[in-house]
Amino acid sequence: MVSDKPRIVKVLDVREESQTVRSLIFEDDPCSKAKPGQFVMVWILGVDEIPMSISMTKADGLAGFTVRKVGEASAALFDMKVGSLLGVRGPYGKHFTNIIGDVMIVGAGTGLAPLMPLSEVLTQNLSSIYMIIGGKTIDEFVFVDRARATLSKTKSEIIITTEDGSYGTKGLATDAMEPILKERQIDMIYTCGPELMIKKVLEIAQEFSVPIQASLERIMKCGIGICGSCCIGRYRVCKDGPVFDSPKLEEIIDELGSFKRDHSGRVAMI
Amino acid sequence: MQEPDLSIEISSLKMESPLMLASGILGTSIDLLRRVFEAGAGAVVTKSVGYEQRTGYNNPTIVEVYGGYLNAIGLSNPGIKEFHKELSRSKIDDLPLVVSLFGADPLEFREMISLLDELEVKAYELNISCPHVKGFGAEVCQDSKLVGEIIEAVKTETQKPVFVKLSPNVTDIVHTAKLAEDTGADALTVANTFRAMAIDIETGRPILANKIGGLSGPAIKPIAVRCVYEIYQNVDIPIIGCGGVVDWEDAIEFFLAGATAIQIGTGIAYEGLSVFEKIKQGVKDYLIVKGKRSVREIVGLAHGFR
Repeated sequence: MVSDKPRIVKVLDVREESQTVRSLIFEDDPCSKAKPGQFVMVWILGVDEIPMSISMTKADGLAGFTVRKVGEASAALFDMKVGSLLGVRGPYGKHFTNIIGDVMIVGAGTGLAPLMPLSEVLTQNLSSIYMIIGGKTIDEFVFVDRARATLSKTKSEIIITTEDGSYGTKGLATDAMEPILKERQIDMIYTCGPELMIKKVLEIAQEFSVPIQASLERIMKCGIGICGSCCIGRYRVCKDGPVFDSPKLEEIIDELGSFKRDHSGRVAMI
Repeated sequence: MQEPDLSIEISSLKMESPLMLASGILGTSIDLLRRVFEAGAGAVVTKSVGYEQRTGYNNPTIVEVYGGYLNAIGLSNPGIKEFHKELSRSKIDDLPLVVSLFGADPLEFREMISLLDELEVKAYELNISCPHVKGFGAEVCQDSKLVGEIIEAVKTETQKPVFVKLSPNVTDIVHTAKLAEDTGADALTVANTFRAMAIDIETGRPILANKIGGLSGPAIKPIAVRCVYEIYQNVDIPIIGCGGVVDWEDAIEFFLAGATAIQIGTGIAYEGLSVFEKIKQGVKDYLIVKGKRSVREIVGLAHGFR
């Protein structure tokens, strides 16, 4: 009988994205059909099960996610080799809805993971894309070459920002938004990354009356909308998100970028 | 014909609908509980809160199996003081809010209730039936003396209704039910999940990090219906049926077995939050077809057969 249990898959390829970031590629038919913005629950055998944005899908049944080494679970994933076994459930959650028009993508760090497959879909639609990639310093950048290759297929621009000025323009990713928004009519802004950045993106989008879609992150346990661990306002990130549109983001703006819950459900300031 | 009446009362808790949100599902924040209330629940029960903060088990904490879900969350909760703070800053006066509590002994329960009782909490549900945490839950339920002491202690601390959620993982659930009634419980929630496990055959590993968890969902419904039926024959206090309700037919079965209200948990995994309105409509239609004016008229009807 079919039930939504973890499917055991083998790691087929490990891609070094930066010193602390790797992408793991595996074969799984449902994941290969994931829409941009959806996530997969990844079971690291004997360690934990964590949500990961799908950062790559291929027509031949392959899919991948991208992990930055931060905690125990992500470090265990980071250390996986070709041939290592993983469990996957999903893909789950609300995906980005793509539009045809002029769009802006604002991302930072591994927040770019769900934005990469999105940009690939958007270029197929021949949308013009302004992609702003931010980071603290030059060593932290991932996916820049992939973004350049993808965006070369359409009328687009990539803007790099670093807080220390070591790469691209000195400043925050959000600083690069206003000059573009003043000059052009942008039809949609997509964003993922640190929550304070997302909040700023939302505020700027509101100022220019541009709709936005943002992918959010919270601690997840079930991934299917029943345990409530990933609550934000009246929403569940796993089921009502992870991609939220402007009306929903405006509803949760008090919580956005200000607090989240730990594994016990206790409120912690961001 | 007049629209059938779905309102019920359990002790002093008045509910517009007999469908409640079960504990452990979406009960992590007041905002989410309110959303479930607005989706049609007559009352909402929080995720169980204990005296101390607990992070719970590592994932996987939930896995789907044929006929239901297994979970072993591990009673993760922010601790009673933090929970009190959260309730204090939320608007809850208009919310039919039931707080679920777990604890190891009468003192813990008393202290938690003395802290919460000033707030607009409408009732308490004592979780003495979690099947997978050592020292709490079902281990308490297996100790009759302790169950009685906890209920008596809680009743001296509050005037509000006290529901006792029973474990089916005991030899004789009717015995515990009678004991709970005798020591002052205002209603019984019957039942909790059943100890169970699932193993991944590819790797040979138990899937849940805690290895053993509790089974919920359609697979346990006939067992929970039997528990309600047997208890109804032996106690006079109201019974809240809980276990595998996914559609209105399931709910009707519980009413006929003797439940005054029912709780829905895993049903949300299958049907989403619209499960409350769907079941409500189905129950109303059934009552119309059967010529009943109120859901209260069908409670326990299955007992009328020789």
